[in-house]
This record gives sequence, structure tokens and C-alpha cells, in this order.
Amino acid sequence: MKLTLTVNGTEYARTIEPRLLLIHFLRDELGLTGSHWGCDTSNCGACVVWLDETPVKSCTVLAAMTDGRRVTTVEGLARNGVLDPVQEGFSACHGLQCGFCTPGMMMTARWLLDRNPNPTAAEVREAISGQICRCTGYENIVRSVLWAAGNDGNDGNEGNDGNDGSDDDGRD
Amino acid sequence: MQVPAQVEYEKATSVQHALALLARYGPEAKVLAGGHSLIPMMKLRLAQPEVLVDINGLTDLCFIDRVADELRIGTLTRHAQLLESELAGEHFAILHDAERVIADPIVRNWGTVGGSLCQADPSEDLSAAFAAMKGTMVIEGPGGSREVSARAFHTGPYETVVGPSELLTEIRLPIRPGHQRGGSAYLKVARRAGDWPVGAAGAAVWLTDGIVADVGIGLTAVGARHFVAAEAEEFLLGRPADEENLARAGEIAAEHCRPVTDQRGPADYKRHLVRELTARVLRAALSRAGGLAGRPS
Repeated sequence: MKLTLTVNGTEYARTIEPRLLLIHFLRDELGLTGSHWGCDTSNCGACVVWLDETPVKSCTVLAAMTDGRRVTTVEGLARNGVLDPVQEGFSACHGLQCGFCTPGMMMTARWLLDRNPNPTAAEVREAISGQICRCTGYENIVRSVLWAAGNDGNDGNEGNDGNDGSDDDGRD
Repeated sequence: MQVPAQVEYEKATSVQHALALLARYGPEAKVLAGGHSLIPMMKLRLAQPEVLVDINGLTDLCFIDRVADELRIGTLTRHAQLLESELAGEHFAILHDAERVIADPIVRNWGTVGGSLCQADPSEDLSAAFAAMKGTMVIEGPGGSREVSARAFHTGPYETVVGPSELLTEIRLPIRPGHQRGGSAYLKVARRAGDWPVGAAGAAVWLTDGIVADVGIGLTAVGARHFVAAEAEEFLLGRPADEENLARAGEIAAEHCRPVTDQRGPADYKRHLVRELTARVLRAALSRAGGLAGRPS
């Protein structure tokens, strides 16, 4: 079938098999290997991309379902060579070790901050609760997202170290 | 690597178009909504439809409205939309309780209410919630639309009354008159965030002068027929909503459900859960309805 969609602002037209999963279309057809193919069962969230305005797990969406829609991947986070504050936050707060979960985590974090610019640590944990990180124990991911919340807009004067003192309930 | 088998794909542009496609392709066609149950099953080759009829473009099935004394929920409503709906939460707190524990926020963004119901997984949460609220399902078919009680919707695990050329389009929930004090709640025990339940219970209770005027109790993942604890409901009806009766209702619900031992737990533990969760969820629903009767002050 013929598929036309917009990925990170660029329109693509391809002929695909209807059974092709979105994650494989992005990685294998478009060469956008930033999104990771993880558990393949919609549990781990390494493959999270935006479909129109919302994050979805692209291992559980057919590429065919995105016809006429917009997809945003981690490659679309930075604008004109300037990293998104979420990306800056993961760098500043050591929000990754192996990096496998990172693209999905960052796509969800950007979505959270767009809807809730000042989340609590507990709200960050709830937002990423469908995504798995086996390195960080989530602590530094939460710090990174809170850092990004403090630095969104790049005015640079509301930055914090992500330690809001609440430490919520200590659960992951 | 899990890949679905080859399949044809059709994008429906209206309910009528979807029905025409389903009629044309017959029982080997499957409706594709959010796909968060169907696509995993296709990847495992547990489902192998010949044609997918994608209804994600049918935005007129995406609504949560109050019409007279009913709350109406379109079946393409995403879980996240139901969770965010103030209207739904105001009248049926049970819906927000249930949605909050369905899968995870990302899955809820794309998974749909109708998809969950039609998948009819015995561990699916909304089936018990709608059964507790005594909702009505609206099904469109080639001959027009028909209504089926939420309590007669499921014919078995993964089976519903929706025929191969029909489409579930709407769920209707009765909003009771104000003089009946009502409340609802849903409680789930899962092993980890986002997991299917080990067991779960939902309740909707309406009181008149401290007496249970109507009650619905839904049970998830524990082998309750039509997701309903009918015997416990029958026991509570007309009785004072007090602690003793809630505990007894829990015992009755536990007696009559038929959980099976699986990787989520042994049957006797699940039965224990039913007893506890039924009593607790009734208590939670009653507290929202304005309190328990017969409590020492």
C-alpha cells in the first residue's frame, strides 16, 4: 500500500506492506535509528515516538495507521542544531548510562512538560511508568526531567539540580 | 522478532463505510482501533485476520457527552481521554479509578475504550466497570443499531455478541436522579505498574435512607460470569449498607467466582483477593455516596 506521512517535519511517501510496524518503518525504511526497538511487546517504551500530538509505542502501531499523520521521533527533538532542554537535562544530570531507553524517555518527558511545565517528581515517575530503564534506577531520569522543567524556555535563571527535596515515595 | 502475518488493510472513512467493508470481507476481517491488543496478538500469530479495517479515522466515535440522563461514550475514545474527562469523573468515579490503572500512560494514549471491550480479555478492567454500572452497549450493523446490556455483552473469554459485520459504537451509562445517593469505585491488585490485574473489583452503589437501593459489583480476572458478582449484589439489595453486610458480600463474591491458578497467582489467593477487594471497593463507593450506615460515631 501507499503510505504518505510527515516525520519530523519532512513528508515521506513509501510503498509498504500493511503489516509493517511503525518502529521498523522508521528505522529500516527511513534510517531513523534513534528510536529503539526493545521488548517488541509494548512494555519497555524504548520505541516511543509521537503520533500527531501524543507519544505511542511504535512497536504496537502499524506504519499503515500513520497515513496522513505526523510522526515525531527523537531526531526531531533538537531544533536548528539546538538541543531541547530535555536533552540538555539528560546530559547535565547523567540521565542515561547505556542509553537504550533514552529516546523513549525523552519523547515522553517532552510531552509531559508541554502539558505540565512544572511536574512533581511523582508526576514524572507516573509519566514514565510504562517505560523501563535497567541502568539508572530512574533517579537520574527524574532529575533530568525536572532539570528540563526548570530550564524550559532557556532563560537559564530557573535551573535547579532536579532535587526538589520531595523525593516522593521512593518507589520506582 | 515478532511480525504479523501478511494482511490486507482498509481505512474506513465513516461508520457506514466500516460496516460495508466488514460485510464485504466477512469473518476474516478484523476491526483495528488502537490495536494495542490486536497487534500483539497478530505478532504472536494468535490472531491472523486476512483484512484489517482501520477505524482510527472515525473521529465521530470519539466523544464523551451527557445526553439527558445518560453519559454516552464513543468507542473510539482513547483511554487517556476517558481518564481526563471531568464529565465522566463527576458522574462515574469508577471510570477514573479503572482508567488510572489500565496499562500505562503511553498505552492509554492510543488504546481505545471500544477496543478493550471488544477484545474481551478476562483481565480487562473496563468490562467489569461497565458491568458494575449496568451500562448499555450500542452496536451498529447492516440492519441498523441494537442495544445490548453490558452484562450480556460477553459470551466468553475473547468473545462478545458483536457479529463479524457489526461495530460497537457507543456505551451508555444511566445517570441516576439526585435523590438516590450513589457512588462508585474500582480497585485493582497488580504485581507491578502497568500489569494486568491479579484480581480487581468495581462497585457502584445507590442508597435510599441508608438502605442499598441498587448495587452493581464487577469482578475482573477471577472467572466471574459476565464480570459480575451477581450473588453478592442480590445479598446487598435492600439491606443496610453497614460493615457487616459489606464483609458478607465479599465472602459471597469470593464463594461464587471461579479464579484459576496462573503465573499471576494461585486460585485460593485470588479468591482471598475477591473477598477483600469486594468489601473495600464497596466501602470506597459508599464513602463517595455519602457514607456507611451503622458506623459507631
